[in-house]
Amino acid sequence: MPRYGMVIDTKKCVGCNDCIVACKTENSVPIGYNRDWIVTESFGKFPDINMEIRTERCNHCSETPCVSCCPTGASHIHDVGGVVLIDHHKCIGCKACVEACPYDARFIHPDGYADKCTFCIHRVEKGENPACVDVCPTYCMHFGDLDDPNSEVSKLLNSRKYHVLIPDAGTQPNIFYLV
Amino acid sequence: MNSLSRRRFLKISSATIATAAVIAGSAKTFVKSADKINEKNVKGIKKIPTYCDLCFWKCGVMAYVKDGKLWKVEGHPDDPLSNGRLCPRGTGGVGAHYDPDRLRTPLIRKSLRGEEKWVEVTWGEAFDYIAEKMIKIKNEYGPESMALFSHGVGGTFFKHLIRAYGCPNETAPSFAQCRGPRETAFELTFGDIVGSPERTDIQNSDCLVLIGSHLGENMHNTQVQEFSRAVEKGTSIIVVDPRFSVAASKAKYYLPIKPGTDLALLLAWMSVIVNEKLYDVDYVKNYGFGFEAFAAEVSQYTPEWAYIETGIDPNIIRETAREMVRYKPATLVHPGRHATWYGDDAQRERAIALLNALLGSWGRKGGFYIPYSYSIPKYKYPPYPEEQRKPVHNPDNKYPFANAEQISTGIREATISGKPYPIKGWMIYGTNLLQALPNRDETIQAIQNLDLMVVVDVVPSEIAGWADVVLPESVYLERYDDLNTSPFRESFVGLRQPVVEEPNDQKPNWWMAKKLGEKLGLAEYFPWNDIEEYLDARLKSAELSLDELKEKGIIKGPEQPIYFDDGLEPVFWTPSGKIEFYSPQLAEAGFDPVPKYTKHPEPPAGYFRLLYGRAPVHTFSKTQSNPLLHDLMSVNELWVNADIADMYGLKQGQKIKLKNTDGVISDEIKIKATERIRPDCVYMVHGFGQKSRQLRSTYKKGASDAELITKYKTDPLMGGTGMNVNFVTFEMEV
Repeated sequence: MPRYGMVIDTKKCVGCNDCIVACKTENSVPIGYNRDWIVTESFGKFPDINMEIRTERCNHCSETPCVSCCPTGASHIHDVGGVVLIDHHKCIGCKACVEACPYDARFIHPDGYADKCTFCIHRVEKGENPACVDVCPTYCMHFGDLDDPNSEVSKLLNSRKYHVLIPDAGTQPNIFYLV
Repeated sequence: MNSLSRRRFLKISSATIATAAVIAGSAKTFVKSADKINEKNVKGIKKIPTYCDLCFWKCGVMAYVKDGKLWKVEGHPDDPLSNGRLCPRGTGGVGAHYDPDRLRTPLIRKSLRGEEKWVEVTWGEAFDYIAEKMIKIKNEYGPESMALFSHGVGGTFFKHLIRAYGCPNETAPSFAQCRGPRETAFELTFGDIVGSPERTDIQNSDCLVLIGSHLGENMHNTQVQEFSRAVEKGTSIIVVDPRFSVAASKAKYYLPIKPGTDLALLLAWMSVIVNEKLYDVDYVKNYGFGFEAFAAEVSQYTPEWAYIETGIDPNIIRETAREMVRYKPATLVHPGRHATWYGDDAQRERAIALLNALLGSWGRKGGFYIPYSYSIPKYKYPPYPEEQRKPVHNPDNKYPFANAEQISTGIREATISGKPYPIKGWMIYGTNLLQALPNRDETIQAIQNLDLMVVVDVVPSEIAGWADVVLPESVYLERYDDLNTSPFRESFVGLRQPVVEEPNDQKPNWWMAKKLGEKLGLAEYFPWNDIEEYLDARLKSAELSLDELKEKGIIKGPEQPIYFDDGLEPVFWTPSGKIEFYSPQLAEAGFDPVPKYTKHPEPPAGYFRLLYGRAPVHTFSKTQSNPLLHDLMSVNELWVNADIADMYGLKQGQKIKLKNTDGVISDEIKIKATERIRPDCVYMVHGFGQKSRQLRSTYKKGASDAELITKYKTDPLMGGTGMNVNFVTFEMEV
């Protein structure tokens, strides 16, 4: 049973937003909403500056406050890859998960249900990468099975330094940022 | 079942596209479009190859049509430019088709120019109006008294039309407001232009120098992909920029140069390399001309001298010069693209060319490769009428090193003065001159002298608001265009073909040019019935066929050597047949044969130099209304150094206006107080603050740098307009 995750190389990312556009067209995300976004953090005083650019989205955590708080079972862990998904039919749009997510990854779709990144599970189940990974012109995004020591993502994590977002939240996120 | 099935996604997607249109405020237009296309009601997914038009890079595209409706676009997997990955603008290309503000029908002006009041007319009425005026201009002033401003491959058939009519005046802002100084400088030095796409071998560079070139924010797809590869392999990157750009954040050395002093740094780098004899001696000896005279001139520009001009530590100047030498010839001093900064730009670009020559990087791996274009003969038309008068853009050859692309601002000047002969008609294809040319007032003054102004565009751009006739064009996903045979590492031919139908009464450019040509009595110049016939004839003459290319989208030529070291004969098309370190051509024309430093005025107290650049999600002022791209960036910000913001009490996100030294006041713009810029300049992304009321989503969103660029300094070599010469101050009372 795989555990899907992403490894994102912040050294290569230029913050171009292509991942966001690809997600929007692939998944028909409505205008005004995004399932992924860019964060640019800079530190220091001009001209001695350090900067990190990251593409962020649902971390498809192993510990999922968004799932445990859901009153209807709409927010759930998919039977393949540990991907966190939302069943739109079951969702009543109560926003408990929107509040519970420490990464602010969820929003209420205009049609009334909670929505967020799915790791493009519809593509992944056909053997493809998520749309954001395949569009990236800097090749900074990698997707794969974190439990397979021979996967590209595992090899990258073995060979490079990395961090995750808000580790104190205890959610065990499955997106890793190479630095 | 827990998983979101594919079917479920399809259902969601059709619902959300409709929602998008409603939010964007033009349900009517969208529904009309959907109905028309739904008539076909083809079930399933269709993949159609074409090439992109969101910028001039022309990446190969694979477009997806789902149940008869445009769904998404991806990079064409066989395309050498995109390698199957488009940039964010390209990926957002579907938004061009769905843009609710698109022009829908031909328009004729019904009040004063610029008031944007129109009568909707038929194509026949529009062509009758244009043809009558063009025939009148021809009879009264001669056919030369028209001019075409055209940007992009879609202008091909209008260029043909205007030549067939007998007019030699045909230009684009891409020369005198963009690449011109670079092309002139490289032609003077190496005998050849850098071209587009740039022949820069970024992916193989071991040392990459970017001077004001903000790759990553500037999303020229291939270059950004190669830049990322360079970062990955540990290329030593040197970034020179008054602003801590995205590229600077990837660099080993960041040189926060004082704006306007780049030439001083370049001269100092060359003096270090010459004085320490660190250049590629064999390369210079074998291919160089006039090296002694050049060396004598540049050796005086010491790093200590340059420090006073640039603010860059002399030790860092020496260290970075030696860093470049360490990796030569795989050191690429990137010549940039938008090079019209200070009016001495051709000489600055010549210094870049000469620095590359010292490093031996022209024609070498990791420097500048030798590109190839797929050879496809032109369509055989009857010869154009003989030119009675010369092109109007450059009277008496005032700018001796302007090239055949012509000086757009020269045509504007002639339109204002009526000299050397009057210009009475403008045809404008796909370029928003109000944002592209400096000094808006001069453009409007020129327009007042016209008897006819026609704008062809996909959206009601600002310049369209000043037209007499506006012709609505199909977007690239709805039309054929001429073949793409851009020069690259490997030659290829790419096809643009329709993927979906136009939502309203928009038409492709080739159709407009042909119909207008027929009205003008120029039918013999349009012997083909439609563009498919034209394309097939061209392709057949190269032993290809349209059917084959429709299927494949891209066909590649054979692999050929691209470096001198692979056995390619070094050829330099300069008068000496060598790399001209000392330029007799320049000396003869009365210019510095070796670049000399020019000192530029600095901002008065309380003023800041206005700098502008690109964002990855927009192209010029063309894409701001594309709903997908507008959603990512609907407005620009003013970058202000954090200490300056503090000093002026400017808060993050506060809206202010800017006033330039000519008293021009901008629209409102939000403050971005940041450590990522020098205190003597401010910066904004170009293309915002648009004034077209018909372009509802973008009207007055952010500020326009173009509006504040009232001053410009003309390059005496080639007529380019340096535009980084304007100073602005903050207007707090909003």
